[in-house]
Amino acid sequence: MTRHLKMDTPATARLLDELPSRLTGKPMDRPDGPKKVAGKATYAHEWEIEGKTFGVLARAPISKGKLVRIDKSSVESLPGILGVFSEDRFLRNPAQGTANEAPIQGVSEISYFGQPIALVVAETFEQARHGAHMLELVCEADSHGVFDPEANNISPEKPEDDQLDQGDLDKAMAEAAFTVDSTYRTPNHNSAAMEPHCSIASWEGDQLTLHGSYQMVKYNVNELADSLGIEPEKVRILSPFVGGGFGSKLGIAPEAVAAAIAAKEIGRPVCVTLTRQQVFENVMRRSESRQRLRLAADETGKLTGLGHECLVSNLPGETFHEPVIQATHFIYGGENRRLSIEVARLNRMCAGSVRAPGEAIGMQVLENAMDELAHTSGIDPVELRKRNIPDTHPEEGMPYSSRPFAEALDEGAKRFGWDKRNPEPGKQREGEWLIGMGMAAAARVNMLMESKARVKLKDDGTAIVETDMTDIGTGTYAILTQLCCDMLGLAPEQVDTRLGDSNFPKASGSGGSFGASSSGSSVYLACQDIRGELARRLGCDEDALHLNGGKASGSGQEVSLTDLLAGETIEGEGHIEPGKTMEKVQQATYGSYFAEVAVNAVTGETRVRRMLGVFGAGRILNHKTATSQCYGGMTWGIGMALHEAMEFDPRDGHVVNNDFAEYHVPVNLDVPQLDVVLLEERDDWASPIQAKGLGELGLCGAGAAVTNAIFNATGVRVREYPATLDKILDGLPELQPA
Amino acid sequence: MRPFDYYRSDDPADAVKAASEKGTLFIAGGTNLLDLMKLDLMTPNRLIDINRIGLDEITPSDDGGLSIGTLVTNSDCAADMRIRQDYAVLSRAILAGASGQLRNKATTGGNLCQRTRCYYFYDPDMACNKRKPGSGCSAIGGANRIHAILGASDECIATYPGDMAVAMAALDAEVVIEGQGGDTRTVPVRDFHRLPGDQPDRDNILESGDLITHVTLPAPAKGRHIYRKVRDRASYAFALVSIAAVVEMDAGKIASASLAFGGLAHKPWHDPAIDDLLTGEAPSEALFDKAADILLADAKGQGQNDFKIPLTRRTLKAVLREATGERS
Ligand SMILES: Cc1cc2nc3c(=O)[nH]c(=O)nc-3n(C[C@H](O)[C@H](O)[C@H](O)COP(=O)(O)OP(=O)(O)OC[C@H]3O[C@@H](n4cnc5c(N)ncnc54)[C@H](O)[C@@H]3O)c2cc1C
Ligand code: SF4
Repeated sequence: MTRHLKMDTPATARLLDELPSRLTGKPMDRPDGPKKVAGKATYAHEWEIEGKTFGVLARAPISKGKLVRIDKSSVESLPGILGVFSEDRFLRNPAQGTANEAPIQGVSEISYFGQPIALVVAETFEQARHGAHMLELVCEADSHGVFDPEANNISPEKPEDDQLDQGDLDKAMAEAAFTVDSTYRTPNHNSAAMEPHCSIASWEGDQLTLHGSYQMVKYNVNELADSLGIEPEKVRILSPFVGGGFGSKLGIAPEAVAAAIAAKEIGRPVCVTLTRQQVFENVMRRSESRQRLRLAADETGKLTGLGHECLVSNLPGETFHEPVIQATHFIYGGENRRLSIEVARLNRMCAGSVRAPGEAIGMQVLENAMDELAHTSGIDPVELRKRNIPDTHPEEGMPYSSRPFAEALDEGAKRFGWDKRNPEPGKQREGEWLIGMGMAAAARVNMLMESKARVKLKDDGTAIVETDMTDIGTGTYAILTQLCCDMLGLAPEQVDTRLGDSNFPKASGSGGSFGASSSGSSVYLACQDIRGELARRLGCDEDALHLNGGKASGSGQEVSLTDLLAGETIEGEGHIEPGKTMEKVQQATYGSYFAEVAVNAVTGETRVRRMLGVFGAGRILNHKTATSQCYGGMTWGIGMALHEAMEFDPRDGHVVNNDFAEYHVPVNLDVPQLDVVLLEERDDWASPIQAKGLGELGLCGAGAAVTNAIFNATGVRVREYPATLDKILDGLPELQPA
Repeated sequence: MRPFDYYRSDDPADAVKAASEKGTLFIAGGTNLLDLMKLDLMTPNRLIDINRIGLDEITPSDDGGLSIGTLVTNSDCAADMRIRQDYAVLSRAILAGASGQLRNKATTGGNLCQRTRCYYFYDPDMACNKRKPGSGCSAIGGANRIHAILGASDECIATYPGDMAVAMAALDAEVVIEGQGGDTRTVPVRDFHRLPGDQPDRDNILESGDLITHVTLPAPAKGRHIYRKVRDRASYAFALVSIAAVVEMDAGKIASASLAFGGLAHKPWHDPAIDDLLTGEAPSEALFDKAADILLADAKGQGQNDFKIPLTRRTLKAVLREATGERS
């Protein structure tokens, strides 16, 4: 049996609000939590597999050119070395999210510094790593590498779908009462997941098993099979625990393919784990951006024109580009609009999805520009945003689904004490510290993806949930367990949720914030399927069925669930598909951020003193894990505002700060007590469980609240992220002795 | 990591003897050495583990100072009541460095010997005179935001990255070294690290097989002890600029001053002319500017690190204000 739903119309039946058990939404602890703290959650690298060997990838030492020769004999006599592998099936870079096919392959053409071109396999990781360092490669460098997206001699591509020209922006700018025309730059980011990328490949005949750290198993199976030239049926991927992904584990990556090739060749399992330096060099980066923002407003602050023109980069041949303007399309009005993205082709590692692709940097900069407009027009920043909330989509005319945007702004302002802010910059001082407040709006598109799940209600009245969905530290195990408990009237101990096995029904995977609502909907539907069968057995309508504490009732009768099961297991399958509700309305999530910072008047060092986020993302499935996602997003926001940047050598484009000592993410002391408020919301257009995506929302503009606060504190507007002290120093007043 | 032999010593003399072979290195906390070995940036044939040779106590010395054994961990040193009371600048400098976990492992001698964080030094595929003499310096003309503005050479512009040694330089501490001949010698911390010159591969004056046994602190210096570290995040980042200052006031005048600077050069920077200038003077903005003029007279930016010059001036003036101002 399968319960299938295509979201063509809003799901107005809010069953989850009517069920007797209301675990969904509660701050239930993760069922996988104890395993994780006890070291019993097995991550990819940790699988004990008989005969396991270790491989380490060797890097291209040039940024553009050809691989001429690999001198395998340079390492073959080193202790422990089992082989050196290099061939045309090796991946140039990871596959983009949902690619479903192999990315660009080959080792002879070198496109970026650090491209993996060989795998050295040995008995131990240390031996393999030493071999990879010692391996002699002969390369022919081509001196025409491109490392600067703004270089004069290159002409960026203009992807057709990302060129919007509506009305006359130049005219609107000329006639406006207030204007902003500012250019910002954001740097490259690495996902910086704690768990380095890893795959262990083992073959049994022509059947490949891959223990890997991956976010989207159903796509990864096809990508791996396509890369190797084998049938997808011959590939099984297991990814039950993922130590953070942030987009960097969406697509199959070089280490998986290299491990599979080597394992087949030597007849033993091969484990390939990236070193931290390789994580920075080989894994997807978020592209740097140049963003020109133009805002035209009338005397009341209402936008008449909005321009957001961006330049990003990627490797030659990649289809992905950072969708910087994704939320700019719908968050604010203004009839004259120019929104565009250009893509420069660089010899730098691949650009792909990193933590809220698009909005993370697009909203950040748009919200800086809105702050500039508020300052120029003298209108309060919260009020300015409220005045610009459009009635219908400013480009496509459709209505919005549930949109608690104004509510998030008002609620945030009230809770934060926004009325105490002095709008004039540089006025509040405590000793050496200049104090300021800033705010920004949050917005992120909402997506639903096809997803399947199976639920087995066993004869003893306990249940098993199976789906190839992943938990990348986000709380999937918890929310799917909660949904199943509510739907079948069970306690959490009675539900066993199993994830990340490609033999299970194919889910959406984790990405784009769609995982929880998509896979949650599939489990909900699978449980409905079971409820249908139980109702049939009980002889009542499905709507009248009541399941609670191991009892089933309906139409005036009550029996124990086990009696109803009568020694059988009932299997239900759920299948959700996106439909017309995606086109009929603009679906998105919204919020607001408020931050208070202190900027040291001597050194320009910034400290965030407090920060609040208020978010609306439809039904919240677990208050605790949802709040944690928002904490994480806001923490990244602080990092994007103040610390994070990949730095590159200007001459060969290799990343120089390739470890956690020099690639700075916020540490505990950089992050104050964060406050998160989740608004009560149901979005019937989004999914049958009325939930929307939440994972990335905490980051979609967060950094702007911090940099806007820096402006309020100091009068310095940093337009080159991150706002390190050297960019603030020049604008600070000369400090006189107290 | 290249395969290596490992020998655990249980006595300082034995450790020195064991280190006579070429290609031998001591390992203490391992927090720097192991990272470098994993990347094949340092490739000893043999490690002498000195963690069980004793030398892990802080003891009073005859001249009223303290003697810190080389294996006293950074955490223990910073927490020691005598250090906190009489050498607060040292305690503060240590606590401003690394992280709690690292400080629990890091040792006094190991910290002194920690190597630069220059990006190119850490990448085996990059030219670097410090790692491979004669290969060139990739940082010149490259990414050099964290590099030196004082005392650099055409061969190397790296900085010594540590904090502890900067405070020790301000305190005029001494390093006690047991050499291969069994002789013991003493070198001021101020002279322990070198400028790169044309031998950037040598960070300090240690000869092969030399064992640091102690660091001795002179009798306590009176006055205010300040360690100010300016960095890119609130914790767990190396200094862009750091200043250790021990300043004593008497009747509105500076009775004595001892300053040392981190993040600026290949060694903790100490310039006696600054201490001399300040001593005996009444504090003023003009005086502080003069001190900064002396310090920065030969300062040279490399492009990305030009900001360190104004930053150092501002930070120095703020430190001197704090050191000489009314106690709030
Ligand atoms: C991520 C990170 C951040 C850090 N941040 C900071 C910071 O902000 N500030 C700071 O000051 N430091 C910082 N450190 C450096 C840290 O302080 C050093 O790694 C540590 O002090 C080294 O001590 P150790 O005992 O572990 O030395 P080891 O790694 O054991 O040894 C280092 C070197 O010293 C030699 N050595 C050790 N003992 C002796 C001896 N007795 N005689 C002769 N030679 C000896 C070894 O042979 C080796 O060459 C950081 C380190 C890391 C990894
Ligand atoms: S600055 Fe010194 S350590 Fe850095 S690359 Fe140049 S020589 Fe090597």
